[in-house]
Amino acid sequence: MGYPHPSHPKETVVLSRYFGDADARTYDGWVQRGGYEGLRKALGMTREAIVEEVKASGLRGRGGAGFPTGLKWSFMPKEVVKPHYLVCNADESEPGTFKDREIMRWTPHGLIEGCAIAAHAIGAERCYIYIRGEFTEPWKVMTAAVEEAYARGALGANALGSGRRIDMVLHRGAGAYICGEETAMMNSLEGRRGNPRIKPPYPAVAGVFGVPTTVNNVETLAAVPPIITRGAAWYKSLCLGNPKSTGTKLISVCGHVQRPGNYEVTMGTPFRDILYDMAGGPKPGRTFKAIIPGGSSVPIMTREEAEAAVFDYEGIAEQGSLLGSAGCIVMDDTTDMVYQICRLARFYAHESCAQCTQCREGTAWTTRILERILAGRGKQEDFQLLLDLSENMTGKTICVLSDSCAAPVVSGIQKFRGEFEAYMTGAREPAMAAV
Amino acid sequence: MADDLVNVTIDGMTLAVPKGTTIIEAAKQAGVLVPHYCYHPSLPSPAVCRMCLVEVEKAPKLMPACATAVAEGQVVHVSSEIAKKAREGVLEFLLINHPLDCPICDQSGECELQDYVFQEGRAGTRYKEYAKRYNPVEDFGQDILYVPNRCILCTRCVRFMDDVAHTPILNVSERGDRAYIGISEEQRLDHPWAGNVVDLCPVGSLLSKDFLHKARAWDLDKTPSVCPGCTQGCNISIDTRDDVVVRIRPRPNLEVNRHFICDYGRLNYRWMNRGDRIEAPLIRENGRHVATDWDTALARLEQVLRGASGSAVILASGRASVESLGLVRRLVDGFTVTAAVQVPLGEEAPLAGIPNLALRRERAPNLAGAELLGYTRHWEAATREAMAAAVVMVLDADLAPADAAALAAAPGLVVVLGSVVPESLENAALVLPVTTMAEENGTYVNRDRRLQRYQQAKSQPGMARPAWWIAGEVLAGPGPSADAPSTAAEAFELLGERWPVFAGLTYADLGFTGRALVAGPAGVAAGEGAAR
Repeated sequence: MGYPHPSHPKETVVLSRYFGDADARTYDGWVQRGGYEGLRKALGMTREAIVEEVKASGLRGRGGAGFPTGLKWSFMPKEVVKPHYLVCNADESEPGTFKDREIMRWTPHGLIEGCAIAAHAIGAERCYIYIRGEFTEPWKVMTAAVEEAYARGALGANALGSGRRIDMVLHRGAGAYICGEETAMMNSLEGRRGNPRIKPPYPAVAGVFGVPTTVNNVETLAAVPPIITRGAAWYKSLCLGNPKSTGTKLISVCGHVQRPGNYEVTMGTPFRDILYDMAGGPKPGRTFKAIIPGGSSVPIMTREEAEAAVFDYEGIAEQGSLLGSAGCIVMDDTTDMVYQICRLARFYAHESCAQCTQCREGTAWTTRILERILAGRGKQEDFQLLLDLSENMTGKTICVLSDSCAAPVVSGIQKFRGEFEAYMTGAREPAMAAV
Repeated sequence: MADDLVNVTIDGMTLAVPKGTTIIEAAKQAGVLVPHYCYHPSLPSPAVCRMCLVEVEKAPKLMPACATAVAEGQVVHVSSEIAKKAREGVLEFLLINHPLDCPICDQSGECELQDYVFQEGRAGTRYKEYAKRYNPVEDFGQDILYVPNRCILCTRCVRFMDDVAHTPILNVSERGDRAYIGISEEQRLDHPWAGNVVDLCPVGSLLSKDFLHKARAWDLDKTPSVCPGCTQGCNISIDTRDDVVVRIRPRPNLEVNRHFICDYGRLNYRWMNRGDRIEAPLIRENGRHVATDWDTALARLEQVLRGASGSAVILASGRASVESLGLVRRLVDGFTVTAAVQVPLGEEAPLAGIPNLALRRERAPNLAGAELLGYTRHWEAATREAMAAAVVMVLDADLAPADAAALAAAPGLVVVLGSVVPESLENAALVLPVTTMAEENGTYVNRDRRLQRYQQAKSQPGMARPAWWIAGEVLAGPGPSADAPSTAAEAFELLGERWPVFAGLTYADLGFTGRALVAGPAGVAAGEGAAR
C-alpha cells in the first residue's frame, strides 16, 4: 500500500496491507486480521522446522546487507547453554529510509509476532527492540502494543499458552546513526559507547552481554509471520524471475517525485515502475538526474542506470549500486550534485564513531575538500585526492561507515564530474557549504 | 604438542607458533615488526588504529594483525604493496590533525608516529588550506598532562584504566574528528599506577610532568635495572642524561610486572642524584675522621675486626644487594651475629587487572634476599643488640636520629659502610664510601624469590665502592689477591658455598629478567634437604 497514497495496482501488498488502518494497531484488531496465527503455529513447531521454513522462503535481511535470514538463525547454537537473545534492529537511521517506522506505527503486533517467532526459532526467551530515539510515535505505539500483548498472554511466561517464555524489552536509542550497526547496537544496549565491535566473535557466538545473539531488521521480522502462516512456497513465489531475491520489499521513495511514500513490491519489479508509476515520476517539467536506491550509503545511480534496473538485490547490483535498505532518494535535474554529495559526506563525518583512523579523519577531510570545491576553490588534483582518500577508506575499517561515505563520493565523481568541474572553473557560482 | 602449533609464513619466513597466536605476535617471532598503535600486548586489542593491516592470502580484504589469529598454512604479507599503501593511508590520516611539533615534544625520538612516518609515510601532506583540530592542554592530575592536539585516539590509556587499573575514568569524548580523550568530571588521574598511561601513549599526548622538557630521548642512556621501591621487584629502566637520573620507566617482564610500574617506583629516584656523598674512606684519628686511601682503610678494617671478639651486629639497608649483604655477613663470621635489614613500611597499592602485582607494604627491594642470607627484619631488636655488641656494621642503613644517637654512645666499634655522611656518628672507627644500587651491578631477590640483576646506571662518586668489594678485599687478606672478587658476578659466585640456594647459579643464568630460586628456606632445598 502506498501509504499515505492509495495502493497502486502494481504493488504487492503484504506488510503494508494495514498501513493507515488504526484498528490494526490493537491486539483484537490484529487478531481479527489473522494476526498471531503465525506465532501460534510456530510455537507448535520445532526450532529447526521454523528455521528450515524461513530458509526455504528465501527471505533475506531487509536492513541492508541482504544476508539470508534462515541461515543467520541457523548459526545460533543448537544447545542453549547460555541465554540466547534476539535483537530487533529498529534504529532505522539510514538517510532516505522510513519503512520500519511505518511498520511500527501501523502494525506493531505484526512486528511483535515476528519477533516472538524468531525468538522461538533461535532459542531465545528475550527480545530487545532497539528503537531509534527520534521515533517518538512508533515508540508510543510499540510500547502500548507490547503492554497489550503481555496483558493478552501473547508474551510473557506462557506465550499463547504454549508454556514457552518470550519477553520483549523496548530500548530507545539516543540519536547516533552508528547504533544501527548491529555490534554498535549491542554495545549501546549494554550501556556502553555505541562503537562497532570487531568480528569475530560474531553475534551468534558472543553478542549482546556476551551471549549468542541474532540481530534482525524490523522489516525482516515483520515478514516472518506471513511466511509461517502461508508457507515458504507462497513467499518464494513472490518473485519475478530471480530466485535469489524473493518476497516483497518495502521501498521508501523520497525526494523529487510526485508521490513520495512507501511502496511494497514483489522482488524483481522494474525500478521504472516504482519511480514513474507508483511514485508518479518527476514533477512537471523536470527530469530525473540521479537516484540513490538503497539509503545514503550506496553508490549513486544515474537515471539511465536506474531505469534499466529491476528492483532486487542482484538487479540493483548489476547496475552498479546496492539495494541496501531500499531507501530511494530521487534527485531531479534541478539538483546540485556537488552540494548533495557534500551534504552526505558531512553526515558521515558527523556520525563517525571515531574508532578507526580512516573513518575518523577521512570522513572529515573528504567533507572539507567538498566544501572547498563548493566554495569555488577546487582544483583538478582534488579528484585524484578524493578518489585516493576514498580508496583508503574502503574495506579497511571495523564497520562500513567510512565505505558508506566513500561510495557516493566515488560514484558522484564518476558520474557527475562535470558539475564538480563547473565549480572549479568558475562556470558555476560558489555555493554555501552544506548546513 | 605439534597439534597445538600452526605453520604460518610471514614475509617469506615459515614458522610454527602456538594456536591462537595473533599475526602481530607471530610476526615478532619471525623478526617482523608490524607497525601498530592501538595494540599493546598487555591490553585487549580493539583493532581501531588500523595501522597493523596486513595482506593475508585468500582473505577478502586486509586483516588487522593484532586481532587476527594465525591459521594453518596462512601466508601473510606485511610488506606487500597493498599493505604498505594502506598503512601509508593511515599515517596520512593520522598526521592531518597532528601539530608536528616534534622539536618541542618530549616523545620525540621515541615516538611511534615519528618512527613509522619516517619509515613508510608520505613525504608531504595533501591536507592543505585547513586549520588543524585544536584543543588546549589539560591537566589530568597527579603527574599527567594531556596534549589533545597530538593524540591519535589509539585508546591505550582508556583501556589501561578500564581493563587493567579497573578504574574507568578516561573515555573517548565526542565523535568523528572532534573526538578526544576525556576524563570523568571531578575525577583526577590519581590512581597509584596511572603513570603507565604516559608509557603506553605511542605519541607525545600523555606526558609526565616530572619529565616535562627535561631531556631529549636520544640523549638518554637507558640501563636495565630493578625497582628499589618495594619487594615486588618490578623491572625498570633507569634513564640518565649526563650521569644524572632523569626518569624511571618500566621494563617488560611478563613474570613480574608485565609492562607496568607504579607511580611510587616511577618517581622515587631523586635520592640517586644526591650530591652530599662520602667520596673517600674516612678513618678516625685523634678524635676526628680523616680521609685516606683504600689500602689504609681496608687494613684498618681488617685490624679492627681481628682485634674484636664477642658479638657483632649488622644494620643493613633494604636496598643492599645480595652480594653486599652476603659478603659483609661473611666478614663477621667469627662473631655471634645479629643481622637485620631495614624495612620501611607503606600502603599497599595493587594493580587490579594483573595478578600478583602491587606496590607492596614492605619498601625494601631485597628483603627476601636478606632473609635468605640470614638477616631478619627485627630492626629494633638489632639496634638494642648493637648497644652491647663488640662490632656494629652499618650497611648504608638510614638511621633514625634516635638510633644514630644511641649508636654514637655504643661501647663497641662502629663501622659505617655508607653512601651519605651519617649524622652524629663521630665515634665510628671507619666510614667507608659505598655505591648505591644505581651505581653498581648487583642482584635482588623479590618477594616471590625471583633473583634479578640490576646494572650500573651512573658512575660512582669519588672513591665509593660496592660494599661487596670492601668485604671481598678484607676476606681475601692483605695485599693484591686473586681471591678477591673484582666484579659483582664473581662476588655472587662466592655466595653459593655458604648459602646453597645460590649454588651453581651465575649472572649468565639470570639474563635480563631473572630466575626463580628453588622453593624452600635457604639451605634446605639444595643442602640439608638432601641429607634428610
